[in-house]
Amino acid sequence: MNAILALEDGTIFKGSSFGASGERYGEVVFNTSMSGYQEIITDPSYRGQIVTMTYPLIGNYGVNLEDVESCKPFVEGFVVREYSKIASNWRSRDSLGDYLAKNNILGIEGIDTRELTLHIRQKGALKAVLSTEDLNEKSLVKKTKESPGLVGIDLVKEVVCKKPYAWNKKGKYKVVAIDCGIKLNMLRILESKNCKITVVPAGTSSRDILEMEPDGLLLSNGPGDPAALPYLVNTVRELLEKLPIFGICLGHQILGQAFGGKTFKLKFGHHGANHPVKDLRSGRVSITSQNHGFCVDIDSMNKKEIELTHVNLNDGTSEGLRHKKLPIFSVQFHPEASPGPRDAEYLFAEFVSLMKKH
Amino acid sequence: MPKRKDIKKILIIGSGPIVIGQACEFDYSGTQACKVLKQDGFKVILVNSNPATIMTDPEICDKTYIEPITAEMVEKIIAKERPDALLPTLGGQTALNTTMQLAKKGVLKKYKVEMIGADIKAIKKGEDRQLFKAAMKKIGLDLPKSGQAYTLEQAVKVAKKIGFPVIIRPSFTLGGTGGSIANNMEEFKVLAKRGLESSMVSEILVEESVTGWKEFELEVMRDLKDNVVVICTIENLDPMGVHTGDSITVAPIQTLTDKEYQKMRDASIACIREIGVSTGGSNIQFAVHPETGRMVIIEMNPRVSRSSALASKATGFPIAKIAAKLAVGYTLDEIPNDITRETPACFEPAIDYCVVKVPRFTFEKFASADPTLGVSMKSVGEAMSIGRTFKEALQKGLRSLEIRKFGLESVVFNDPADIKVDTAVLAKIEQKLKIPNAERIFYLGDAFRAGLDIEKIYSLTKIDRWFLYNIKEIIGCEKELIKNKQNLSPELLKKAKEYGFSDRQLARILSSSESKVCALRKSMNLTPDFKLVDTCAAEFMAHTPYFYSTYDK
Repeated sequence: MNAILALEDGTIFKGSSFGASGERYGEVVFNTSMSGYQEIITDPSYRGQIVTMTYPLIGNYGVNLEDVESCKPFVEGFVVREYSKIASNWRSRDSLGDYLAKNNILGIEGIDTRELTLHIRQKGALKAVLSTEDLNEKSLVKKTKESPGLVGIDLVKEVVCKKPYAWNKKGKYKVVAIDCGIKLNMLRILESKNCKITVVPAGTSSRDILEMEPDGLLLSNGPGDPAALPYLVNTVRELLEKLPIFGICLGHQILGQAFGGKTFKLKFGHHGANHPVKDLRSGRVSITSQNHGFCVDIDSMNKKEIELTHVNLNDGTSEGLRHKKLPIFSVQFHPEASPGPRDAEYLFAEFVSLMKKH
Repeated sequence: MPKRKDIKKILIIGSGPIVIGQACEFDYSGTQACKVLKQDGFKVILVNSNPATIMTDPEICDKTYIEPITAEMVEKIIAKERPDALLPTLGGQTALNTTMQLAKKGVLKKYKVEMIGADIKAIKKGEDRQLFKAAMKKIGLDLPKSGQAYTLEQAVKVAKKIGFPVIIRPSFTLGGTGGSIANNMEEFKVLAKRGLESSMVSEILVEESVTGWKEFELEVMRDLKDNVVVICTIENLDPMGVHTGDSITVAPIQTLTDKEYQKMRDASIACIREIGVSTGGSNIQFAVHPETGRMVIIEMNPRVSRSSALASKATGFPIAKIAAKLAVGYTLDEIPNDITRETPACFEPAIDYCVVKVPRFTFEKFASADPTLGVSMKSVGEAMSIGRTFKEALQKGLRSLEIRKFGLESVVFNDPADIKVDTAVLAKIEQKLKIPNAERIFYLGDAFRAGLDIEKIYSLTKIDRWFLYNIKEIIGCEKELIKNKQNLSPELLKKAKEYGFSDRQLARILSSSESKVCALRKSMNLTPDFKLVDTCAAEFMAHTPYFYSTYDK
């Protein structure tokens, strides 16, 4: 079936569809990971985004039961150069195309994804529509321009769990994880580090969280504009002096705001599994997994209280901070990896040792 | 850490003559190293017996000795030149072996020459099978079952314990010389004896056969601050049992999930740390069981290897050059990536194309040589190609071999439009698939032309179904072209070009001429696009003009 990807600036990419049919809107971004498409499509942070993979051959190893980061795929659309009609791997249970179709997600193949990537790099992340229904270019571009986009929109509420749940039963350290669109691997790693985790949806009050008497708080990743979540920033502000806190990605941006900082939108964001990040305390470089379109403006923060701990070696942007007195730290990248290198997994151990101390 | 100031003069050992198993890739890596060290203000002394190399060009080094690469000769050069340091990891196995001898004889100590880029302990641990095995066990990595032997009697005992088939691997040789597979005791005795003789230290490893398992390689770099990055991942089309140098290999890895790949990446990093390669590149090989996913580590080369040259060209990351800089004290985060200029060399290249390496054989020149392939390397060269699809890269690679094949053409059928299959033809194809040989890739195509299915071919070859499916798609496209010969649509011709069919190959299929196909293609506005190799999948601006052609518009 024919499909079209139309961008708000009038650029058109024609291809054929795999996965579901229909019409979906989103901000188009590129991801440079060469493996891990299953983790990417099931990452709730991609809500509101159409993702193009820069690696051209996608679907090769199919889809399995284990490598999911949430209960279902969340991307608005998936754009690839060549979709593999064969899924070859001993763990594969389904083809990528069938999996997307079952979950009503559009895929498009036969696109010059490098051209698309260059376009995004030059113009920045753009609003787009992916359609198998309307193949009229003019009408698609018009509809794209009129679509709401990401900025200022609360996408977190669309992806969070409905009510609190216990992730596991046993563990020495009681952790409450605020789900803003949490990736499951954070929970898997904490579980392996002797934590007993309760997941609560973003929007849960600070009082309800403190009533659970946690030893530590995890602020998860999540989709969209961090500036559109004042309720979450308030909740976190109320918890700042109460317990150890570890923020990841959106959680880092929320913490940054809770400490009085500002966030800004990056031109085309960081989406990939090869970003070098230097830990300024040890001088060691971790190759990290990243997925963010917004960034904390470290200069907008009070340097007497907040210390910059991590920096991206590619573009110098801030990647991590910690409070100089309180047991609170956060990172912009994904120490839980999935997909990507596990170099930064040591941060979960730091979180556990903070809980031990406080 | 910045450049070391205590070293002024560095001796580099080249790789010597080009032999089967060790070609010009070490000239490529050595030249890069000499150039960058000289640029950095070091005095570079080179010894290489082969004057037909770039690195022996007068302007490359400060002083070049064209002398035999033996411990005796290198000792004389050391005595005369009194270098501060010796960089042995860029000249392949010859350089490494010579350095080992120099160290053993006490020459390095006597003249106070510091070995940089590697140390004796690390080389021993990486190259001595027993030490390597112990080291890998220590860090919890799985290995094939194995045992060491120094005599034939010992070898027989070990083989009995493991059970056939077993692999015999001699320690300290070139290009896997003497390595072989034995299916029974009779074969084993002959091969074990040969192995013991070819080892510099009369030592062999008898090993559980992982023949038919999926084979992978990682190119890893480490610096003095213990930063480790993976430069390139490689998957072999030919499963375990065919020497990597004789295998068709593909970058990056195609058939592993991220979870499986990260496990391999973690294992590689643990391996390079445990072996103790303090700076520079290493190549680490793994085998994965296709049905269970059991991953075993096979070997590591604690130096720039044959695959490093491929990995450099495949990713745009100059491994040898960076390895030389790391050896003199720089760390990865201090070295800029030449291609992007603004990002550091401390990253892992993201590629947005598929790279295929195809080995080149010359069995026609060695009439008595056995053209079947095994664990000893027999190829004399290789072609590397880049495409946006595996199909395109494979067909480009095949026609680059200059063996009068212009893509995945037939070796069995004269006319692809007239396929006649009888039992003799089928028997021949099956036999050629089953026993790896120089032409197997062409027989894979013919197997699909003859109507064999993927499962049948898989059972004969154990080549991953993903590769087989892609080959089937090439042949499927050929069939479509034949069927629509008279009325070729632009869509079909576009597909054929995206699948890597050359105009000349199309001319044969369509019973036309190359110029006519070319004219037709142009009339349909089908022309190649040139895309950049930039290490970063277009994420950053690139400054190095390194392109490949592809049909993707």
